[in-house]
Amino acid sequence: MKSGRLVSGLFFGLACLYFLLPLVGTLEFSLRARRGEYSLDAYRNVLGDPQFHQTIGYSFILSMATIVLGVLIIAPTAFWVRLKLPRLRPVVEFLTLMPLVIPPIVIVFGYIRLYNTSSWLPLLGSSAGSDFLLVCGYATLSLPYMYRAIDTGLRAIDVSTLTEAAQSLGAGWVTIMAKVILPNILVAILSGAFLTFAIVIGEYVLAALLNRPAFGPYMVWMGGNKAYEPAALAVVAFAITWASMGLIQLFSRFSKHTQARR
Amino acid sequence: MSFITLQNIQKSFGATQVVRDFSLGIEKGEFISLLGPSGCGKTTVLRMLAGFEGPTSGQISIDGQDMTGLPANRRRIGMVFQSYALFPNLTVAENVAFGLKVTGTPRSEAAKRVEEMLGMVGLGGFGARYPFQLSGGQQQRVALARAIAPRPRVLLLDEPLSALDAKIRISLRSEIRAIQRELGITTLFVTHDQEEAMSMSDRVVVMYGGRAEQVGAPSEIYNRPASRFVAEFIGSLNLLPGTITDAAAGLVETPAGAIALGRTLDQPTGTPVSLAIRPEGLHMGYEGNVVLNTRVADSEFLGSIIRLRVMTGGNMPLIIARFNREGQMVPQPGQDLTVSVNASDIIVLDGRAA
Repeated sequence: MKSGRLVSGLFFGLACLYFLLPLVGTLEFSLRARRGEYSLDAYRNVLGDPQFHQTIGYSFILSMATIVLGVLIIAPTAFWVRLKLPRLRPVVEFLTLMPLVIPPIVIVFGYIRLYNTSSWLPLLGSSAGSDFLLVCGYATLSLPYMYRAIDTGLRAIDVSTLTEAAQSLGAGWVTIMAKVILPNILVAILSGAFLTFAIVIGEYVLAALLNRPAFGPYMVWMGGNKAYEPAALAVVAFAITWASMGLIQLFSRFSKHTQARR
Repeated sequence: MSFITLQNIQKSFGATQVVRDFSLGIEKGEFISLLGPSGCGKTTVLRMLAGFEGPTSGQISIDGQDMTGLPANRRRIGMVFQSYALFPNLTVAENVAFGLKVTGTPRSEAAKRVEEMLGMVGLGGFGARYPFQLSGGQQQRVALARAIAPRPRVLLLDEPLSALDAKIRISLRSEIRAIQRELGITTLFVTHDQEEAMSMSDRVVVMYGGRAEQVGAPSEIYNRPASRFVAEFIGSLNLLPGTITDAAAGLVETPAGAIALGRTLDQPTGTPVSLAIRPEGLHMGYEGNVVLNTRVADSEFLGSIIRLRVMTGGNMPLIIARFNREGQMVPQPGQDLTVSVNASDIIVLDGRAA
């Protein structure tokens, strides 16, 4: 018993070292911009850079658009598959895994071929069109995570009976979706949304090849041109991701009606 | 014409036929139970009426209106589910108000109706709670209030008591019946529990293999079962195998001796039959006109009831249930006992008992 606890403690410690050491190293490095002493100079440079504000603002807005698009596509799909087409579930699950298998570069070249300025739908001819394509691409990349999050949420409620109860009370599909299904999978949607957010903030390939001023390309550019600032940027990015994780926890704790299920 | 008409309903899921040639007329205000073992098609009939399934063929109409192709949300039919199906994100009051909101009832009127409904199911003051804060029985009351709040034309109850414990089940079933009477709402109740069906309904539909085996008042179903399945499914029965020796005179030869039924039988002479006798139809002594000599195998004193297992000639077991009366001797195992039954209480069923 005692030795078992010792061994598991040892492994826990090793895992902690494995994950934390690089972080600590990055953090330590990011503080050494000034020779001979620790300082926040690198952070000051990063946070003071107008390009930082511009790119992260841009990526933030696009991530919100991606989340909305993703939820609008995936929530009704997952709902319908659970309700009416349960036999199609393995197929849909397989399809949602495709973005993990097919590299984003394939998607973006497909976009460029299909929607270039001399094509039948020259979306890439305007920045609004390019932004739209970028959001579509992001939504595709986040598909595996969003679908799984929402599907798990749907599994926790009795979708078919709740739907039938709402139908017998006179509700149509839009009401059922908006008043019954979505509110009950809100926590699942939020966790999917935060994962999407994390993906969009860090994504490089799509944004770079569509030539959009996103945060990913900015980070890469920074990494190629500065010494201490990229480390500071990495720490900032980590902080944002962890804040997202914290928010997931917070939201799921605040939703009143799920308390009983915990 | 009946208020609800189900005509020649057939329903198949792929190759399996779950409902066969089912026809039923329901009058306004009636409380009808669909009773049968699991897989008999009773829930499917209910779901077709609700609009969650479409019949493969046949017609359903309510109040003269054909229901074919009318989606569930436009049928104005209230439904209560076995699993309560309350919306977990809404409070009790919001749950009850859901149907009213959907139909666009003004807010003040809806609030009044919600209060009225919650009062009716005995949950006044519970409006602000969430479903997870209620017991199963309370949740099912809320579900009932929610179903009847928008004043549906028909109320469907799909095994609403099955998930509850025995005590609440019994109290809730009389409450449901009382509310149904008060509102006069036409109600269809699906259950596999014969006691529920018997105690609550105006009429019971006994279903087996997708067919309605018998439709009738509870007493009719119990006393005059139309088929062997109904006889065996409802209540308990003693079965004596026999052969008709004279159909016109109503004579049947059994291992326990020849029995004279004193009525002309439908089946021809020589047909193998089973004679079915309810345990409470058997008397100790000579009260009935068919007398059997038996030996007591076992006796149980159950307070209000004495249950005996006796063996007739030919070693056929019979169960007897009699009310306990003071001063009455409880027969002991091994004792000889003369039992009797009224010929009119003997039900003749086709085929020998297994």
